[in-house]
Amino acid sequence: MFNYTFHWNQALRALPQMLDGALVTLQVAVLSMVIGLACAIALTGFRLSGSRILSGIAAVWVEVARNTPALFQIYMAHFGLGNFGIHLSPYAALLAGIAFNNAGYLAENFRGALKAIPETQTRAGRSLGMNSLQAFRFIVLPQMLRVAYLPATNQMVWAILMTSLGVTVGMNTDLAGVTQELNARSFRTFEFFAIAAVIYYFIAKAVTLAARALAWRMFRY
Amino acid sequence: MIEIENAHKSFGNLEVLKGINLNVEKGEVVTIIGGSGSGKSTLLTCINGLEPINAGRIRIDGTEVHAKTTDLNKLRQRVGIVFQQWNAFPHLTVLENVMLAPRKVLGLSRDKAEEIAVKQLTHVGLHEKLSVYPNRMSGGQQQRMAIARALAMSPEYMLFDEVTSALDPMLVGEVLDTLKMLAEEGMTMICVTHEMAFARDVSDRVAFFHQGVMAEIGAPDEIFGSPRKPETQEFLGSVR
Repeated sequence: MFNYTFHWNQALRALPQMLDGALVTLQVAVLSMVIGLACAIALTGFRLSGSRILSGIAAVWVEVARNTPALFQIYMAHFGLGNFGIHLSPYAALLAGIAFNNAGYLAENFRGALKAIPETQTRAGRSLGMNSLQAFRFIVLPQMLRVAYLPATNQMVWAILMTSLGVTVGMNTDLAGVTQELNARSFRTFEFFAIAAVIYYFIAKAVTLAARALAWRMFRY
Repeated sequence: MIEIENAHKSFGNLEVLKGINLNVEKGEVVTIIGGSGSGKSTLLTCINGLEPINAGRIRIDGTEVHAKTTDLNKLRQRVGIVFQQWNAFPHLTVLENVMLAPRKVLGLSRDKAEEIAVKQLTHVGLHEKLSVYPNRMSGGQQQRMAIARALAMSPEYMLFDEVTSALDPMLVGEVLDTLKMLAEEGMTMICVTHEMAFARDVSDRVAFFHQGVMAEIGAPDEIFGSPRKPETQEFLGSVR
């Protein structure tokens, strides 16, 4: 029946390599979040623009990003675009796929946050002599950020975990990629993946705690 | 001086203002009473240009409010408005609520804006609440803050739109006292209100609105003592 012998030492010796991979994971996640945020802001602008074409683009983006597997989105960035002569490296494809996914979810998050701020807040600002931009910037936006903040931190955690899908397009420098290669060489599957899981757990947890601390600093009301 | 000349306003097919004529002199306090749907609140939002009018004209010190060339942001600095729902900015402290527009709209320095804000908040009795967030205060306190916020722009005219209607009965008095104080200081005010005793006390003139028409206007004694129109009599009979 059960005759697998654990070899933790061998796995633990590879820990520095895995931690290097973890840094790459974190880097991809942070970059994907930055790009995703920028795109989500643009998409929200598209939706509010009143232009059919722009809001159409935004609607399709959000629909596809939220209703298809992230794995397919990354595949499309790598193999799909490859068919059209655009060849992205595994790193770039992974980044593009996750950023696309992030943007879709964040845009929807922003839309909800915008709806959550009553029209009367803008009206109050306007009646004090503010123009619409000032009313948005000083009254609506700060309140929106608070509403959008927690869902955005969830998305950040998702982004970290989604990076592991990079192995499917040949990504071998992030935590999942490094772990997969170590596994392929040694067949110490359980040990390596257990250690990788623990590292993922601590990264995700650290991000959540940091986000919470920051929220406590930022939102005092 | 606020001059309202044959002002018409419709929302879709519903005509809410059917030709209003009213002049309010500098230093005058005019209260508007009437049932709900009589158009009295709509008139206020038309006066400061938050709502467009369909016909007629409204002028403030000669500036036509609804002319295309009028800079409404500039105009609104001279005409403050306070709503039934006080609309405190929840992400800012009481002091910051009042400082925001003087800083961003008038371009005042932080120190100068703070000086004005503290002065106005002291004026409405909130000097102990400067660093508090609005959600920690009662409705009456938040409404007084909204008044201070409007006053910090040093407006020449103030519009009050049923500012006590959303308050607990026990909090109404403190807000009305604030309005009375402003009236005594000579602020030009138009108050839409359901507080008949208040209207009687502070007004130079009281206007009764009925179904989009100003049915009657006169000194408080006339309107409350011997109303001429049957609608006015009926309305006053029902609220007493």
